[in-house]
Amino acid sequence: MLKRQYIPIVVTAALLAFMFAAGSFRYTGFFSLQVLLNLLIDNAFLLIVAVGMTFVIVSGGIDLSVGSVIALTTMISASLVQQQGWPPAVVIPLVLVLGAAFGWLMGAIIHYFKIQPFIVTLAGMFLARGLCYVISINTITIDHPFYTSMAQTKIKLPGGFFISISVVIALVVVAAAIYLAHYTRFGRNTYALGGSESSALLMGLPVARTKILVYTFSGLCSALAGVVFTFYMLSGYGLHAVGLELDAIAAVVIGGTLLTGGVGYILGTFFGVLIQGVIQTIISFEGTLSSWWTKIVIGLLLLLFIVLQRLLSARRQMQKA
Amino acid sequence: MEREREPILQMSNIHKGFPGVKALSGVSFRLFPGEIHALMGENGAGKSTLIKVLTGVYSIDQGTVELARQRMAIDSPQAAQMAGISTVYQEVNLCPNLTVAENIFIGREPRRFGRILWKEMNAAAEKLLLTRLQIRMDVKLPLSAYSVAIQQLVAIARALNISAKVLILDEPTSSLDRNEVKQLFEVMNKLKAEGLAILFVTHFLDQVYEVSDRITILRGGEFVGEYLAKELPRIELVSKMIGKELQQLDALPREKEAASAAESAKALVIEAKALGRKGAIEPFDLTIRKGEVVGLAGLLGSGRTELARLFFGADRPDQGALRVNGVKDGITSPREAIDQGIAFCPENRKTEGIIDELTVRENMILALQATRGWFRAIPRKRQDELADEYIKALNINPPNPEQLIKNLSGGNQQKVILGRWLLTQPKLLILDEPTRGIDVGAKAEIQKLVLKLSGEGMSVLFVSSELEEVLRVSDRIAVLRDHVVVKEIAEDEMSQQQLMQAMAGE
Repeated sequence: MLKRQYIPIVVTAALLAFMFAAGSFRYTGFFSLQVLLNLLIDNAFLLIVAVGMTFVIVSGGIDLSVGSVIALTTMISASLVQQQGWPPAVVIPLVLVLGAAFGWLMGAIIHYFKIQPFIVTLAGMFLARGLCYVISINTITIDHPFYTSMAQTKIKLPGGFFISISVVIALVVVAAAIYLAHYTRFGRNTYALGGSESSALLMGLPVARTKILVYTFSGLCSALAGVVFTFYMLSGYGLHAVGLELDAIAAVVIGGTLLTGGVGYILGTFFGVLIQGVIQTIISFEGTLSSWWTKIVIGLLLLLFIVLQRLLSARRQMQKA
Repeated sequence: MEREREPILQMSNIHKGFPGVKALSGVSFRLFPGEIHALMGENGAGKSTLIKVLTGVYSIDQGTVELARQRMAIDSPQAAQMAGISTVYQEVNLCPNLTVAENIFIGREPRRFGRILWKEMNAAAEKLLLTRLQIRMDVKLPLSAYSVAIQQLVAIARALNISAKVLILDEPTSSLDRNEVKQLFEVMNKLKAEGLAILFVTHFLDQVYEVSDRITILRGGEFVGEYLAKELPRIELVSKMIGKELQQLDALPREKEAASAAESAKALVIEAKALGRKGAIEPFDLTIRKGEVVGLAGLLGSGRTELARLFFGADRPDQGALRVNGVKDGITSPREAIDQGIAFCPENRKTEGIIDELTVRENMILALQATRGWFRAIPRKRQDELADEYIKALNINPPNPEQLIKNLSGGNQQKVILGRWLLTQPKLLILDEPTRGIDVGAKAEIQKLVLKLSGEGMSVLFVSSELEEVLRVSDRIAVLRDHVVVKEIAEDEMSQQQLMQAMAGE
């Protein structure tokens, strides 16, 4: 018998398999491992951001600033590497620290001033996006050899398939996050916080530290996603990753994480990101459909999943009564 | 004394104030190892404040807390837990989304190099539950898969794992059924035998006498006394909680005139037969006739409000029948109750009654508007007339219908709410603690108003914890104890002594 808490994740995985199968039947050339790997290549940054977002949502919060932090990261990286001539070995650690610090600051404000995460991270979103334009209002193209080699290097797999370095980074992040979520105190405290903050406090758990760390982690993930995004786009621009926070939230929810917090799996988010990728791929194979169909399908899926979660929790209530 | 042992916990001369209120003044409390000690008191006695002091939620203004003869400063919930004081609350303070084992161990999970060892944790949880509490359960399921009673036992297991010396059980039995209570008591007795000191807070008198060795009574933030349970008769316990000595209890002048002989011939307005709701109130019979005032007496938590809520359709009964105006099962929601001519003034004026940001007039017309439906607005002119009429009739001060209600005193706010329901011209008016927290003058006015309304043919269900008040206005009194209607006292046998004996169960 399948444990009830795994139902959403299984549904997500089954949906992914179904969509991939449907695509394979309909379009020649769709059914190939490389198409699947391309999903990862094209969505590595989304995956990294969504992992950080999963922690935030599991803790009962939300982080709207992630897309803007990505843009700011690309902007700072491009400006320092291209215009100031700093070495990437300095720039990349620096932007990661800046992203984490940005998240830490938002977390601290959320906790100590008891302000809704929605508002604080909304402010963070505007702030980070605005700061991009302080650096430049134009695209800064990067032609530094390190960045171009990161963008172009293909890691060969047996059978002629390949992935990019970004995919490796994203998969390492996913694996590390699974460990973090299930085998460390920080991870378990995050779940406890999302289950009931007042209980967590009365159980003597470090609520303040956990909450702030969750946003710090999300900030770090955003900055890392920003670095990966820089590899992908080879430029810094203030309009990069507009609305990406919503894609990340959608991926997390489609992956079975409850928006009310306390319940969710990193693996679910992984499938959630891939589902978004499959939809995009199907639409590009179709050729004539507008890319906005991606949004329509994701919108419908979100609705479907939220209703599914509602039904599952309602059934749980019924069974207990 | 039966024992001359050292108390494990000694609180002396504790003072704690909040802006405008003195919650505790000079309270002492001690707890011995291997005893179950009940902390008793009515609303506002300071029980919850004392417990919050002990659990580190509040800091004290003055006084000392000693644990095993060591003076302690308990300044956070963590500090209390570290010191060995653990609390299990009525609403279980655990995380429903985590597994049972995690709920017991979180914060102290067995780890190696920072990695949580799930297998060891699950095994330890199973062993702890089995050996200390004698329950066998799947500790890998989320806590939410289990009933509240089991969740409480898990909370106790967590407390034991922190190596608690003092276990505080804050109203643990409120949402348990009889078997579950029995199971909890078995666990409590076992832990007591192992030498744990247990502080037990409850509103159920029967339960106090069933498990407690000692009782401490608080009243109005002050220490009344500490007694051995077997040496303190129930009636004395109640009189000490309420603050009335038995000798004082002679008949009060009644304002209500003797009921007419034709009373019983009057039409029934509401009739409950074996009506009950699990966890709220045991099945009871109660009738209210036209123009009759029925008082509901009982200690806090005895089920008064729960009963009133059934009559108003705010809660659904799960057994028995309720006839309103001769129609069976006529009420399934407050809307239907209003349509049937029932009005309900809730106990918590602040949260369930007034709407802060609206004016007196707007607050008053709410219920009447609701009965008409929101698309048939009451003409403004009519609203003004009604507001003026009831402001005058209820003597609301200041007599300005456009004043925001939050600027009125408690008594006047209460009158506005009364006015709100009187506007609907109800057949049955349910008043839940209508005079709590308002001054003496306003109290007397509200009591007079109740008598006047009943004289005009309105039926009233009057809920109050003040004995005098219930006696003064009621034609008949139903007494509740531990969620059971234990007695109905007719007009001719009413006295405070009668009432108190019924409340205490002697």
